[in-house]
Amino acid sequence: MRRRALFVWMLPLAAALVFGVALSATLGFLEVSIPDVFAILFAKAHGQGPPAGIDPVAAAVVADVRLPRILAAVLVGGLLGVSGAVFQAILLNPLADSYTLGISTGAAFGASLVIVLQIFGLALPPGVTVPVFAFGGAAGTLAAVLFLAAGDRRLSSTSLILAGVIVSAILSAAIGLLKFLADEQVGLIVFWLMGSLAGASWMNILLLAPAALLGTLIAVYYSRDLNIMATGDRAATSLGVDIVRLRFVLLAVATLMTALAVSVSGIVGFVGLIVPHLLRHLSGPDNRTLIPLAFCTGGLLLLVADTLTRAVLPVEVPIGVLTALLGGPFFCVLFKKRQRDGATAF
Amino acid sequence: MARPLSEPDTDLLWSLTGVCFGYHQTPVLRDITLGLRSGRCTGILGPNGSGKTTVLDLLAGLHRPQSGAIEFQGRPLAAWPKKHLARLLALVPQDFMVGFGFSVREVVEMGLHPHLHRFAAPSRADLQLVDQALAATGIEALADRPVTRLSGGEKQRVAVARALAQRPAVLLLDEATSNLDIHHSLELLQLIRRRFEQQAMQVVAVMHDLNLAASFCDHLIFLKGGQVICQGPTDQVLTPATIQTVYGVEAEVTASAFTHCRQVSFRLPVAH
Repeated sequence: MRRRALFVWMLPLAAALVFGVALSATLGFLEVSIPDVFAILFAKAHGQGPPAGIDPVAAAVVADVRLPRILAAVLVGGLLGVSGAVFQAILLNPLADSYTLGISTGAAFGASLVIVLQIFGLALPPGVTVPVFAFGGAAGTLAAVLFLAAGDRRLSSTSLILAGVIVSAILSAAIGLLKFLADEQVGLIVFWLMGSLAGASWMNILLLAPAALLGTLIAVYYSRDLNIMATGDRAATSLGVDIVRLRFVLLAVATLMTALAVSVSGIVGFVGLIVPHLLRHLSGPDNRTLIPLAFCTGGLLLLVADTLTRAVLPVEVPIGVLTALLGGPFFCVLFKKRQRDGATAF
Repeated sequence: MARPLSEPDTDLLWSLTGVCFGYHQTPVLRDITLGLRSGRCTGILGPNGSGKTTVLDLLAGLHRPQSGAIEFQGRPLAAWPKKHLARLLALVPQDFMVGFGFSVREVVEMGLHPHLHRFAAPSRADLQLVDQALAATGIEALADRPVTRLSGGEKQRVAVARALAQRPAVLLLDEATSNLDIHHSLELLQLIRRRFEQQAMQVVAVMHDLNLAASFCDHLIFLKGGQVICQGPTDQVLTPATIQTVYGVEAEVTASAFTHCRQVSFRLPVAH
């Protein structure tokens, strides 16, 4: 039954994703046909120049500007989707995501800090600073949250969420202070906080792709244990699941995935929350299907959102704003529908 | 029956020696020394807060004692790999809560977990085991329902079905009938008793209801204030004197011709 569910949803999703990537690459200021996109991609992969019969400018735009951005959208969306599914499964809370644990806020704080330091004349090697600090901020926040929650030796979901909310509140205030310090150049921080994939490069893809693959594989590897953990700590332990180690490993993996995604895109909200939520509604709560599906759905969702803002809308709206504006109301509808169906748990 | 010391005691499942345990500096169990044997259904009884559930958790290896030693089948419990232990011991927790809307069948299938390799799909025989467990606990009709929509009693039967699908050598029950009506309680206990008699599945059950314990258990252990007050065959230890000491109520224990078991009636001590 599970295998069937995986195929029923996975095949169309994967197909939609491939088609979506190709379609998105045709859209924009310069029009390129889908076969040309594949020809350009094929030539790029073989290190050749632009294929004959295609405008070299269009080829360069597709190969070096559009494709990295499109793939970054897919990978960031996938990373956020999988990490959201993992956070919800570990915390046994359908409303958990990287915000609940303060991890996104930690990444935002790290990025804001280095932007302000740069404004004040701190010189750091170019290109790595903001992502590295965002990553450090996320990892540091997880460490702080784990430390706060560790008083309870089982790392229960209630203490983790409480610790996350506390740390997140402190960091939000600190970001406010940094914005204040940035004064006239506050736009740099605000732009980063609202998220954008405009600057994505092939270097980013080289970083994101292995992380997405490895992280998703680890999450899938532990997916049966995650299912069992939904039945409570005592029951899970008596079935041979090492719950403390599982929580620790998967929190670390999901945090790293979020941190990497955020370091490339800035803050993109709601994907990690909505995607697993929606999938649980459609294909069931089994993490063995949910996790791979969350990758594809997250990727597809962010691809659509990014293509909208890049090529369809008259002005480029920050991607984080767009996902929140589209995702928020959608989530409200889903939430009300679940209530009407009489479901108290998800 | 005295055994020569050199011969290994194969009937001995657990031996606890001087076990102490507490949560956050609050002692729960004090100096427990016990042997739990196979070949009999063992009941653990005692008033609220006497440490029954904690004893069960220690037996299942969910906690480690702060001092003292626990051995399972002659080997320190902490030395058993968790996965190996999960193939031998199944625990039915008191309140079985499931966080997401897994179907009843999915939850029962989780009982196969300790027997399956990480990416192995359950075999036909495994799935038959799941079907049998669903049938034995009378929840076949609920198989495709989400567990989050079940009543307390139905959830408890799902927990028992999952434990049966786990094919344990020993079943640990933590007040497994507390949410069930008398019909379902008797049915479930009879099912477990039959597994014990026919398939030698050993049972250690924490119980609240003395009359159910009297009909189900061959051997009783009475706890109070984290200590063992007395233990022995049900016929010998289930007496008005024991009940008075452990629960502080007056009791009359009769051998019922109707149930062929000891039955207890109680009253609060009359103030003099």
